[in-house]
Amino acid sequence: MATHAQTALSPSEAPEFHLTEDHHPEGSTMLGFWIYLMSDCLIFAVLFATYAVLGRNYAAGPSPKDLFELPLVALNTSMLLLSSITYGFAVLEMERNRQGATLGWLAVTGLFGLCFVGIELYEFAHLIHEGATPQRSGFLSAFFTLVGTHGLHVSLGIVWLVTLMVQVRQRGLIPENRRRLLCLSMFWHFLDVIWIGVFTFVYLMGVLQ
Amino acid sequence: MSAAAETAHHTDGQGHGEAGSHGTFKSYMTGFVLSVVLTAIPFWLVMADVLGDNRTTSLVIMAFAVVQIVVHMIYFLHMNTKSEGGWTFLALIFTLTLVVITLIGSLWVMYHLNANMMPMSAHDMQHHMPAAASR
Repeated sequence: MATHAQTALSPSEAPEFHLTEDHHPEGSTMLGFWIYLMSDCLIFAVLFATYAVLGRNYAAGPSPKDLFELPLVALNTSMLLLSSITYGFAVLEMERNRQGATLGWLAVTGLFGLCFVGIELYEFAHLIHEGATPQRSGFLSAFFTLVGTHGLHVSLGIVWLVTLMVQVRQRGLIPENRRRLLCLSMFWHFLDVIWIGVFTFVYLMGVLQ
Repeated sequence: MSAAAETAHHTDGQGHGEAGSHGTFKSYMTGFVLSVVLTAIPFWLVMADVLGDNRTTSLVIMAFAVVQIVVHMIYFLHMNTKSEGGWTFLALIFTLTLVVITLIGSLWVMYHLNANMMPMSAHDMQHHMPAAASR
């Protein structure tokens, strides 16, 4: 009976298993995440190349000039740019160990991100309502794939952001959460870099032609 | 994990966080202001049709995009040639090489493919593509 009790006690040491999670060097995560971003960059390069090749194939349908509304794109661009700087502020507050301010800036970042995705969905709905669906022409297929993939990245970035906000609220600014926040920071700024390519090559140059 | 090891780990974590590689308020604001300017000018050039010539405008806004990407890399992604012993920079150079090959290669090949296609009149297209004719 005594041995049985001891066997039953042994699970009390089980939480030790959870601690093993932390045992890897901090530096390698950032480099690994950077290499992931570079591979993501290649996905976008392929989509940009596809758009560059198919972008003039209108199939007698609408051209960028007929469809794109630059004021809306400018608004969208400013949303993403503002979300980038507010994420920067969140990282700065994290460095100062101020959890509340970090969470606040993360929330603001998430709201700007939601605005971006909302405006993009409004634009897509508007285009589809006008009959400019992805099936309409090669140009529109490539456009929806490229811009949609970027929008999907931002949407999943928001999911990640909310997840991290919950984790920071529950566990505080522990080293693991700092590492995660810095990874998301790179992801978020990376998406802004991709958007520079999108608004220049797709929207601005599309309207020029 | 012993208490000492835990303390050491935490100090390590903190040390990493305060390494100063994640920018300052000033650097973020510099990057933001530069980005706003570098975004506003291309939009203004296109929307107000300032230069009048489409080809010139295209080249100018592409140049602005390249500059803005570099600004983002430096001020927001804190890219430099030394972080992680230069490995991040090496990965970036490798990726940029692949991106350039992908973009220029695709355009080059596809442009010549189009140019070398057998000429097709509207009548031929209707004849060979019943689906297109029925539209």
